Parts: sequence; structure tokens; C-alpha cells
Amino acid sequence: MEIINAIVLLLNYIFVPALSYGSQLALGAIFVSLIYGILRFAYFTAGDLMSFGTMFTILFTWYFQSLGINLGVLPTALIAIPFGITVTIFYVLIKDKLVFSYYRFKKSPPVQLAMVSIGTMFVTQAIVRIVIGPFDRRFFDGEKFILKANEFKEMTGLNEGLTIKSTQVITLLVTIIVVSILFWFLNKTKTGKSMRAYSDNEDLALLSGIDPKKVVMITWVIAAILATVGGTLYGLDKSFKPFTYFNNMLPIFAAAIVGGIGNPFGAFLGGYVIAFSEILVTYAYRKFFIYLLPESIEPDSLLQLLSTDYKFAVSFSILVVVLLFRPSGIFKGKVL
Amino acid sequence: MTGGYGGADIISSCTINVDRGEIVAILGPNGAGKSTAMKAMLGLLNLKSGKVSIDGKDISKLTPQDRVKEGISFVPQSRNVFTGLSVQENLEMGAFLRKERVEEIIEEIFALFPILKEKKTQIVGELSGGQRQQVALGRALMTKPSVLMLDEPTAGVSPIVMDELFDHILKVKKTNVAIIMVEQNAKQALSIADRGYVLVTGENKFSGTGKELLNDPEVRRSFLGG
Repeated sequence: MEIINAIVLLLNYIFVPALSYGSQLALGAIFVSLIYGILRFAYFTAGDLMSFGTMFTILFTWYFQSLGINLGVLPTALIAIPFGITVTIFYVLIKDKLVFSYYRFKKSPPVQLAMVSIGTMFVTQAIVRIVIGPFDRRFFDGEKFILKANEFKEMTGLNEGLTIKSTQVITLLVTIIVVSILFWFLNKTKTGKSMRAYSDNEDLALLSGIDPKKVVMITWVIAAILATVGGTLYGLDKSFKPFTYFNNMLPIFAAAIVGGIGNPFGAFLGGYVIAFSEILVTYAYRKFFIYLLPESIEPDSLLQLLSTDYKFAVSFSILVVVLLFRPSGIFKGKVL
Repeated sequence: MTGGYGGADIISSCTINVDRGEIVAILGPNGAGKSTAMKAMLGLLNLKSGKVSIDGKDISKLTPQDRVKEGISFVPQSRNVFTGLSVQENLEMGAFLRKERVEEIIEEIFALFPILKEKKTQIVGELSGGQRQQVALGRALMTKPSVLMLDEPTAGVSPIVMDELFDHILKVKKTNVAIIMVEQNAKQALSIADRGYVLVTGENKFSGTGKELLNDPEVRRSFLGG
């Protein structure tokens, strides 16, 4: 019984949250990796593009709520996502036309493009702060829990409860759907294959007649979709605060690099690696050991390796270690 | 053809022609303009005078992509395959501009290079050097070109792979494709070429059949090492 309680404890506080947080990071990491593979620069606007897309989803959510449209038990944001995506697609395409295409045409080195993307990051941040403000916002509506701790306790008779929030399940389902469609597109369609070919060997792709403009455009469209979906899921699950999204850039880049930057599938797995490590390291294991150990040697301290305030140190350390020992990522090297 | 990169002309009044089912080798010392001549034919370089034509049609003004549509295909010297894609996907990318179904052409390539059929789902980066060269040739043949251009196909391959590669080039020749190859390795290239051009400072100094060039005392002395 004690052991089952300990396991439920870990499921409740580590496994379930890490799975949904990992999915949200994975969506971000995939598009960072995709942009790196095809446009060949580190896209530092990633976190703020996610907040941009989420902001518009929130604005549309409010609009739908004011009209009295809702999805019942599901959050209204789910109907607003496609509209948020559309605005974000326009935004990235205009940004590409006005800013990035100039440097691409000049064949600027990747580091210069990365600096340019820091510039667009500031602009994006400013837009978000002007439109919606820097405050913390919750836009979740509908049924909050699928499984409540008390219900679980009654059902099983255990001391520990297991809570499953509907946002966690929505996150997981949406991620599975979006990622499956993306990898089907990249591996099975002619356009998707041409994007992989372009990322693999640009010169040969041009010789084969692959249109670079189309490849670049589709990359931005995918980035806008993933950014809006990932950002909205994160916002539904936790809350929307522009600064948090900016901060999330570090774990997102860590995930992309752990997976071997330029490799979207690696980035997908990398998202979970980062999320699980972050939560495993910052979780206080005291209660877990109280269940497992005999009373005489029960721990007095929290048994927390790192305070949650330092959770970014985890992604940062992973980033440094991976770059030192496996710069091509921890998974088998393969482009796109 | 006369042209260069802005400064002095790298190639001047150089003429190269090739018929279907024929292999022509462009030879010459370093800096003779071999690669430049090839770039001019591909459209990567603007000509000052002269023209490039294929089946009697003048293509001098076309972009490289449009020349591919007219039937020129090119195998670069290095990085000539998509290493992260499977063999099948490499071939599909070769036929990217073709609107119709490509399965039939892929079958033809598989008939030409049977090993590729066995390895069709394998990632090209995991293949041997000789197999990669076959993928590179296969990719270039997917457009059903009338002219196939090879830039130093034997550079950096072992002697065994080179023999195998020449066998494959001869097979391609039998499918009624005109082949132009730039080579440093003159003796080997002339052994399979029907004709050869020797470029010196951008002009074709000697031309003739492979045998003639191999036996020409002057050519032998200057390029073939006696």
C-alpha cells in the first residue's frame, strides 16, 4: 500500500505535469529546429512568437465569450486557436518579407540572422505588451478536472490522490494530433520531402528545381501554427504572462539542441527530456521517502535537489553538457 | 563560348559538343577553365559571347532551373546526394519538376542500378561511396535528361569504386544520353570517353577521339606525364 501511494505521488506530481509541460515545450522546440534546419539560423523570437499567437487566441476567446459561444466542458480557446493561427501566419510572413528576406537575399551569415531575430523578438514583445499588457491572465473556461484527487482517493481507498486536469489531457491529445500530421507531412508528401531535401543539401535542392521561396514560406506557416498551438496549450494549462513565454525560450532551445538542432523529431523527444529533468530535479521527495522508508529513518528535510526558482538552471546545465559532449544531439543524427 | 567572372575571361572561344549516346571528356590542367566551361553550360555563369544550345534550341538566356527542364542534368563533384533522405526519396527529388507519376522512371533507374532497389528505403548517408555515386547518377537521370554533366566523378573515390563507376557511366551512355564529364584524371577518363577536349587557358587546344589524344605526343607530354 505504501509503495502504491508513493507511485501515485510521483505520477501526480511528476509524471502527469511533466508530460503536458513536455508536450508544450516540444511544440516550440520542433519549430525552432525546423527554422534552424531550413532557414539556418537560431530563431530567438520563438518564445515571443508563442506569446503573440496565444495573445490573439485569447482576444478571439474573449470575443467568442462575449457572443456567448462556448464549447461546454471544453475551453472556448479551442475554437479561437485557428483564428489565432491565421493572424500569426500573417505576422510571420510579413515579418519575413520586411526583415528576414533582405538578409537571406544578401546571404548574411547565420549569426547575423540570429541577431536580427533578437530584434524581431523585441518588436514582438512590444506588440504583445501594447495590445494585451504584461499582466498574468487566465482564459481557461469549461470543466477544469477530469479526475479530482478526492474522487481518486474514494475510488481506490489510497491516501494519495491523483489529479488529472482537462488541460493536461487536451495538451496531450492536441500534441499527438499536430505532431502526427506534421511528421506525416514531412515524410510522405512531396512538399514535405522537398523541405527535408532543402534542409539536407540546399545546392542540390536548387539543382533539382525545388523552389526555395515556397520552402521558406511553408516553414514559417508551420512555425506559426506550432507556436500558436503550443503557446495556447501552455497558457490554458498554467496562465498567460508574456514574460513567462520569453523565459520559456531557454528550455525550448535546450530541447531543440538536446534533440540535435535541425532534427524536428529529436526536438519533439527533447521537449520531454527537458520537462522531465526540470520537474524531477526540482521536486521535493520528502513525502515519497516517508512512504517508502521505515518511520525511524524518515527524512526531516524537503529532499529537494533544487528550488523551483532555479528550474531554468536545469535546462541550462543540460544545454551546456549536451553542447560539450554530444553537440549533434543525444539522438541518432539525421536531418529533418 | 567566351565568359568569366567579371575580370579576365576564363574561357575564350571554347567549343564543346556532344551527341546522344556519346561520352565526352573535358580535360586540362588546374585553372584551365574546365569547371567554368561546365558552369557556363549549366547557366551558373553569363556568357559574353557564344551560345549554348540543346537539340538545336538556344538556351543561353535560360536560368539553371529552366535548363534542367530543357534536358540538362548535372552531378556536382561533392555533396551530390541528399544524405538524410532515403534512396527512393533522393530519386523522387530528382524528378521534383516532373508533373506526371515518377514510379515508372524510378523503376527504370532501379533496372539500371539494381543495388538501389534493394536499398530503396535506406538512408543514403549509410550507403558506401560507390552506392552513393549510383544514387547521384540516378537522381540526375530522373529528369530524363538528354545531356548529363558530371563534375569530376572520380575525385576522391578509390580505384575499385572508380572502375565500378565507369561501368555505370557506360551503362548510362547506352540509354542514349549525351554525357559530358570534367576530369583531372585524364588517362582513366579517356579510356571510356569517345572524344576528349583538352582545355588550356580557356581555349580548346586539342580535341579528338580518346585514342588520338592518348597517342598524341604533345598531349601526352603536357598532361599525361609522358
